[in-house]
Amino acid sequence: MSETRRVLTAHWDDPGVIALAGYEDAGGYRALRAALGKTADELIQLVKDSGLRGRGGAGFPTGMKWSFVPRDTGKPTYVAVNFDESEPGTCNNRELVEREPHALLEGTAIAAKAIDCHLAYIYVRGEYLWQARVLQRAIAEAYAAGYLGSNIMGGDYDLDIVLHRGAGAYICGEETALLSSLEGFRGQPRLRPPFPAVEGLYESPTVINNVETLMNVPHIVNNGPDWFKEVGTEKAPGTKMFTISGKVERPGNYELAMGTPLRVLLEEHAGGVLDGKAIKAWTPGGSSTPFLTADHLDVGLDFESVMEAGSLLGTGAIMVLDETDCMVEAARRLVEFYAHESCGKCTPCREGTWWATRVLGRIEAGYGRDEDLPLMADVSENILFRAFCALADGAVSPIQSTLTHFMDEYE
Amino acid sequence: MAIFEGTRLGEAQAIMARYPEGRQRSAVMPLLYLAQSVEGHLTREALQEVAVLIGVRTAEVEAVASFYTMLRLRPTGTHLIAVCTNLSCSLRGARAVYDAAHEATGIAPGAETSDDGEFTVHEEECLGVCELAPVVQVNVANHDVVTPERVHEIVERLRAGEVPEPARGPAVESFKAASRMLAGFEEAGSPAVTQAGSQAGSQAEGANA
Repeated sequence: MSETRRVLTAHWDDPGVIALAGYEDAGGYRALRAALGKTADELIQLVKDSGLRGRGGAGFPTGMKWSFVPRDTGKPTYVAVNFDESEPGTCNNRELVEREPHALLEGTAIAAKAIDCHLAYIYVRGEYLWQARVLQRAIAEAYAAGYLGSNIMGGDYDLDIVLHRGAGAYICGEETALLSSLEGFRGQPRLRPPFPAVEGLYESPTVINNVETLMNVPHIVNNGPDWFKEVGTEKAPGTKMFTISGKVERPGNYELAMGTPLRVLLEEHAGGVLDGKAIKAWTPGGSSTPFLTADHLDVGLDFESVMEAGSLLGTGAIMVLDETDCMVEAARRLVEFYAHESCGKCTPCREGTWWATRVLGRIEAGYGRDEDLPLMADVSENILFRAFCALADGAVSPIQSTLTHFMDEYE
Repeated sequence: MAIFEGTRLGEAQAIMARYPEGRQRSAVMPLLYLAQSVEGHLTREALQEVAVLIGVRTAEVEAVASFYTMLRLRPTGTHLIAVCTNLSCSLRGARAVYDAAHEATGIAPGAETSDDGEFTVHEEECLGVCELAPVVQVNVANHDVVTPERVHEIVERLRAGEVPEPARGPAVESFKAASRMLAGFEEAGSPAVTQAGSQAGSQAEGANA
C-alpha cells in the first residue's frame, strides 16, 4: 500500500483559494498556461500516461475517452462537465467546488484544449444553488483575467464556459440523459452507440467528465504522469475523494490514495463508528453499490479490490450502518429512491422498482409472506441488466446485497 | 398579462443566447425557472409563452416541466422547505425532522402546501450534504445538522418575516427568489463570495493533517 497525499484538498485550509487571486497564489492557472503551449495529441497522451480514470463511478480511462473524439468532422466539439452529483451518500464534488471553483474551470479548459473545443457546459444540479453561484462568480473572474473568452492569455485559443442548472433529477447524472436534459428534453438516456464522444451534444463529438476527474488534470499537467502514479494502485493511480456519512463520529470528505482500506478511512480519519457501536454494513460507492459488511473492512477502496469483494467503488461514497440499524428498512428506503428517480422509459425499471418498494414495505411492517423472498429475488433478476441504463441495476444492489448478507433480518 | 415582455423578455433573450444559434430549445429549463420566479409555480400560460419563445409545442414544454421536481406545476408556498430523508440523513434522524416540518407549518398529512399558502414541505431525495446530515433546504439554501427543534425555529422566524441564515451562502428570501437564481440571475446587491466551506468533519479541520 502506497502512501497518500493531499492534492485536490491541499488548499482546503486556505479560504482564500475560492477567489482568483488566492487560487493564482497557490499556483493556479499555471497548468492552463502550459497546456496552451501543447498540442491536443500531447495533452491526450499525457493524461493517458497518467492512468487517470473517471471518478464519477465507471472508472473509464480519461485520456482514452478524450482520444475517441474525432477532430475532422467539420462539427464543433463540446465538453460537458457532469456536476449533477446526485448519488445518495456522495458530496465530494460539492465541497471541491465550494472551496476551489477555479480548479474546475482550469481542468475544464485543459480538457477543452485537448479536444479542440470552444464551448463547454457545466451541468450543475439545481439543488446546488450556492455552488452554482460560486462557480458563476469564478467564471466572471476568469473572463475578466483573460483565462476564458477570446484569445486566452494572449494566445489564439478561445473558450466559453456556460453554466446549465438541472432541476432535480438523479437520472441526469447518466451521461446520455445529461445530454438530453442539456438539449431541452426530459432527462432520459439514449441508446449507445453512437457514444457521446462521436455523437453527443447537438449530434457533435462531446467529452463528458466528472468534476473530480477534471480537477486532477491541472496537477497532471504540472507534475507529470509519473508523479501522478506515485500514489494509488497500479491499475487505479492517484488519490480519490471519499465521502463517509451515516453512523460515524466524523463524517466528511477525505482525500486518500486509491486502494486505502476502509478500516483506515473509518478508524483513522472518520473517528470510528458513532458512539462506539459496531459496524454492520456499508456502501463503498453510494446507494447503487451493493452493501458490504464488517467482514470487508480491509478491502482496499479501488475499482478492482471492491469489485473482487462483490461490490463497486462507484463514487467512493461510504454510508455506514451500525449494529442497531435495520437492513430491510435501509433497502426499502434506497429502492424508494430508485422508484422515484426512474425516468419511466423502461418497464423493468419503472414497474420493478415500484413493486419492490411495495413488497419490501410489507416485509418491514411485519406482514411479509412466505413467497416474498423468492419474489424479491425474482424481481431483482428481472430488473438487472434488462433496462436501458444503470439506474435499474443500481436499484437491485440494495435488494440483492441485503438478501445475500442479511437474510436473517428478512426472516 | 404576459410574463415575457419588457425587461423580462430581454432576460429571456439573454438566457437563449447561452446556447448556440438554432439550439434555443436548450433554454427551456432556465426559461421555466424565470417564469416560476414570477408566479411561484408554472401556469398554463407560462408553458405556452416558453413554447413560443423556443419554437416548440406547449405539450413539449409541459413534458419537460413535469419531469423535473424543481419545476413546479402546482401552486407552491412562499417558502419551500425540502427535507432529505435518504439513507445518510435517515440514519441521523431525518424522519423526525420531516415530521417536525409538517407540525411546524401545519400542513396536513398527505398535503404539501399550507392553507395560508406560506409553506410547501417536500420530502427530498439526496441533497448532497451527506456529511452534515440531516439536511434541510429553505428556498434551496442549505441548513446542516438540523434537529426537529431547529425546524420549528426556522418556521417561526419565516412566519415573523425573517429568513434564517443558511449554512453557506446568503439567505434566499422566497422560492420565487430561488427560482430567479436558478434561471442564472444574481439578485442585485447580493453579498460577495467570501466563504464557502462546511464547518464540520472535512480535511480542512485538520482531521487528516
